[in-house]
Amino acid sequence: MREACDLVVVGAGPGGLAAACHAAEAGLSVLVLDPQSQPGGQVWRGEARKRENRLARRWLDRFAASGARFRPGARVVAAPEPGLLLVEEGTSSLAVRYGRAVLATGARERFLPFPGWTLPGVLGVSGLQVLVKDGLPVRGKRVVLAGTGPLLLAAAATLHRHGAEVLFIAEQAPAARHWGFALQLWRHPGKLLQGAALAASLVGIPTATDAWVVAAEGEARVERVRLSVRGHEETLPCDYLGAAYGLVPNLELAKLLGCEVASGAVVVDERLETRVKGVHAVGELLGIGGVDQALVTGELVGHVAAGKPVPTGLERSWRAVRTFADQLARHDAPREELRRLATPETLVCRCEDVPLQALDGCRDLREARLYARLGMGACQGRTCGAAAEVLFGWTGEDVRPPCLPARIGSLRLPSPPPHTRAS
Amino acid sequence: MSAPKSEVVTLRINGRVVTVPEGTSVAAALGTGDALVSRADLSGRPRGPLCGMGVCFECRATVDGVPEVLTCLVPCREGQEVVTDA
Repeated sequence: MREACDLVVVGAGPGGLAAACHAAEAGLSVLVLDPQSQPGGQVWRGEARKRENRLARRWLDRFAASGARFRPGARVVAAPEPGLLLVEEGTSSLAVRYGRAVLATGARERFLPFPGWTLPGVLGVSGLQVLVKDGLPVRGKRVVLAGTGPLLLAAAATLHRHGAEVLFIAEQAPAARHWGFALQLWRHPGKLLQGAALAASLVGIPTATDAWVVAAEGEARVERVRLSVRGHEETLPCDYLGAAYGLVPNLELAKLLGCEVASGAVVVDERLETRVKGVHAVGELLGIGGVDQALVTGELVGHVAAGKPVPTGLERSWRAVRTFADQLARHDAPREELRRLATPETLVCRCEDVPLQALDGCRDLREARLYARLGMGACQGRTCGAAAEVLFGWTGEDVRPPCLPARIGSLRLPSPPPHTRAS
Repeated sequence: MSAPKSEVVTLRINGRVVTVPEGTSVAAALGTGDALVSRADLSGRPRGPLCGMGVCFECRATVDGVPEVLTCLVPCREGQEVVTDA
């Protein structure tokens, strides 16, 4: 199948939706691609159906009325030439020709390996939250959460609401850093309210800073977790463990398109245009900043795509959310101890089952790929790549097509368009 | 305000009949059994979903005869057949 549009938006989270709304309302033909079955991204996952979050409802309704077209279950697998994306939708393939692109691919959790992290029942913090939102029954289940930052509390609130018994929340940040960050939230009224609402729903859940998972144990699934809590070790029996350390941007598509990446974020100008002409980036791709940043940058680029002047208020808001994002990055930075949890037998790459000891002698990601098959499996290093960066300081290599496992048919170039382009 | 949540769908997971609320993802439905398991690793040990967001590929299973489906991205449908290799 083929599609053509003025603007293609990859990712239907808040950033993608805001960009799509502004552009479509200005009369552009807009196509929005997302791997999920409904718009909303991860942060508003399930909201298209549940309609509980007011902000999500407002944007999803606006998007539905905007005239932008949404393609669910769509995963971009290759970009063989400028202005062309090859997309896989379930078992069928789609070629999308576009004039301008907005990358709104969001973020994923940063996983760090520890003994037992491959046991069933051990998930990410947001990973567990997402599954619960999607219907995983947790009523009466004992849950331990370990990680960092506001996402930890958000996950705990969701689990608590769904009837789980949240036994413990382990925050890796040192106490001084954590409370310093919490005080900074006073400057961000929206965040503060969110935080207060969360805190209220968390009454009674034991929480500690300077705390992390040492190991998960069990036979065929997690049965208990060993924690380091302010220098002491504690063991808690549990049914689920959510463990992840903040977020990292999903940079694969941006890299595939040739966008410059520096310090873990896509490099953009004041119009949020990447170094590749006509390709913009929004939201988490600019550095983890949450919903506020996604909406502000999405709206900003929507104005740019529509050829409208950018309201000065938006530029000011962006600077404010960047300040918050910088504070968050400092707070969430994994502490030194987390780099040393894996034993020689602990798997680092979960797809190819590569243990830590197989990486002995490897000097960079390229060698680890070639000699030990690190990151050579189904997820193509999306999980172990971020871990290897923390463990060894190895940064990601260039992304080669296909950027996801794909059918051969999805990589076939569509026949040339009937009209010839003016030279 | 919120839509009634009485609608359910019935599917089969490794032959086991499972009834879940409409809107449940296949990955979440895997957790209605003894353990949240989706696949086996190269040594045959069980694995379950990790990221929940279509990134880690741990939740892949066979859905209606299509292998390697990321079950965290697929909603449960009436009559669906899900087969895990662990």
